[in-house]
This record gives sequence, C-alpha cells and structure tokens, in this order.
Amino acid sequence: MNVEWFIVLSALLFCTGAVGILIRRSPLVILLCLELMLNAGNLALVAFSRMVGNQEGQVFAIVVMVVAACEVVVGLGLIVAIFRRKLPLDIDDLRELRG
Amino acid sequence: MEAALFFLAAVGALGGAVGVIAMRNPFFSVLALIVHLFALAVLFLLLTAAFVAAAQVVVYAGAVMVLYVFVVAYVGGGGESAWEPIPGQRLLAPLIGIALFVELSIAVLSSALLALGTEGPEVEPGFGDPAAIGTLLLEKFLLPFEASSILLLLAAVGAVVLAGRRREDGGAVTSTGHSAPEARPEGVTAPPSPGASL
Repeated sequence: MNVEWFIVLSALLFCTGAVGILIRRSPLVILLCLELMLNAGNLALVAFSRMVGNQEGQVFAIVVMVVAACEVVVGLGLIVAIFRRKLPLDIDDLRELRG
Repeated sequence: MEAALFFLAAVGALGGAVGVIAMRNPFFSVLALIVHLFALAVLFLLLTAAFVAAAQVVVYAGAVMVLYVFVVAYVGGGGESAWEPIPGQRLLAPLIGIALFVELSIAVLSSALLALGTEGPEVEPGFGDPAAIGTLLLEKFLLPFEASSILLLLAAVGAVVLAGRRREDGGAVTSTGHSAPEARPEGVTAPPSPGASL
C-alpha cells in the first residue's frame, strides 16, 4: 500500500475526532475524541517513518502514546473530582472560567 | 492481500471513530474506541511497526481503556442536553470537519514529497521490532525517554491530588460557602497535616 493512503486515512480520523469535540457535550466523550485525534497523529507519524525508512518516527509515536496516557489520567481525575463535587458533567454548564 | 487488510483495518478504524462520536452512551463510545485501537494496531503492523502495534494493544486498548471503563461506570453515562449555546452547532460542526479534511487532503496530495506515492524503501527484517526501538530509546533518545518517565510520575501524582478524597468535601458540599473548619461534621479537630489532602 502506498503511504498516501495511510496519510489520508489519518487525516480522516483526525477530522472525525475534531467533529466529535465540536458536537459532544460530555467531557468523557470529549476526552475519547482527543484520543482519536492523537491516534490519527500517531498513524501519520508511523506512516511517514515508513516512507523515510527510518525508525525514529516510531519512537515519536511511542512518546505521543505516553503523553496521551498522562492526559487521560489527569483528565479522568478532573472528571472524578467534578463528579464528587456534584457539579454537572456537561461542558456547557461548566463555563465559569470562560471569561 | 495487503490491500485487503488495509481496507479492512481502515473500515474498522473509521467505524470505531464514528462510533465514538455517534454513541449516546459513553460506555459504548469506549467500546467503539477499543475497536478503533485494534484496527489501528493492524495498520501499524502493515507499516512494519511491530513494537508500536504491540504497545498500542497492551497499553492503550488494555490499560488506558480499563481506566476509562472504570470512570464511566463510576460517573454513569447521562444523556446530553439538546440545548445548543451556538445556534446550529451540530449542523455546522460536520461541515467544518469536512472542510478540514478537504484542506488536509489537498495539502497531502499536492505536496512535493515524491516518496508519498510509494510504499517506502525496502527495510531490513528487524525494522520496528522491540530491539531496534529499545536501542533507539536508550541510546539516541535517552533524554526524552527519561523526561517522559518524569511526566508519567507527575501525571500519576496529579491524578491522586485531583481525584483523591478530601476530608472537608462532605461539609463543603452540604453547606455551600460555609467551609469553616469547626463546621465540619463529626468534629474533625486534628489540624490539617500535609498528607491530609492526598
């Protein structure tokens, strides 16, 4: 398969994640959509690493995975903290910081 | 064979992604994301990235998704309100997404990277296996490797601080704006120690 196909698929997945962030309200699903976008970036990194014939892009992808895991941990911690305080789990209700 | 596998995995990845944003129940969204991650692992294997594929399945589809399932089970999946703060947001968002995709596709397909239309150069058999990636991580990328370990430690401590049970929470929620220490239930008289917030 040509590398082009993988890159276009990664763009498609990224856009799906972006649309999900725009249309969903629940912070949990928004975190899942962030995962989609990060994974699309990972796919592009690995595809380009294959195109160049160099493994360093794969190391990049692994670091992105680590950052995604950290983001999930902190995000889920925030969601649990919001839930404990009996605040609504809806990003449009949690808009006090929006200025 | 390779093309068939690619299209199968691509349909799986795309179906999983659409499932994540289309499912009403967050629990099903998480399950759709697991399908997406497995399909992505197949794509990584097609790109001869064996270690990344294994890490994807073990770390992502295994550990991270279990964390998600726990939190979804704890929080519970409520329905979302149909109220739109921006009028027509749900109609506008897919249009913006399609515009973004068209833009990205034009950027990719009209780029001057001639190697984009090939399968990439021939690689030796050990390309992307754990030994090669491990050597790179521990020799060339030692500093980012250690930095990511510190990042993981910080995230773990941060999550404990954020989600940990605080003593004064019960009092603060029931009596809003009245969080004086003597107003706490069951007479907590001990002074707040540094470890109390953890």
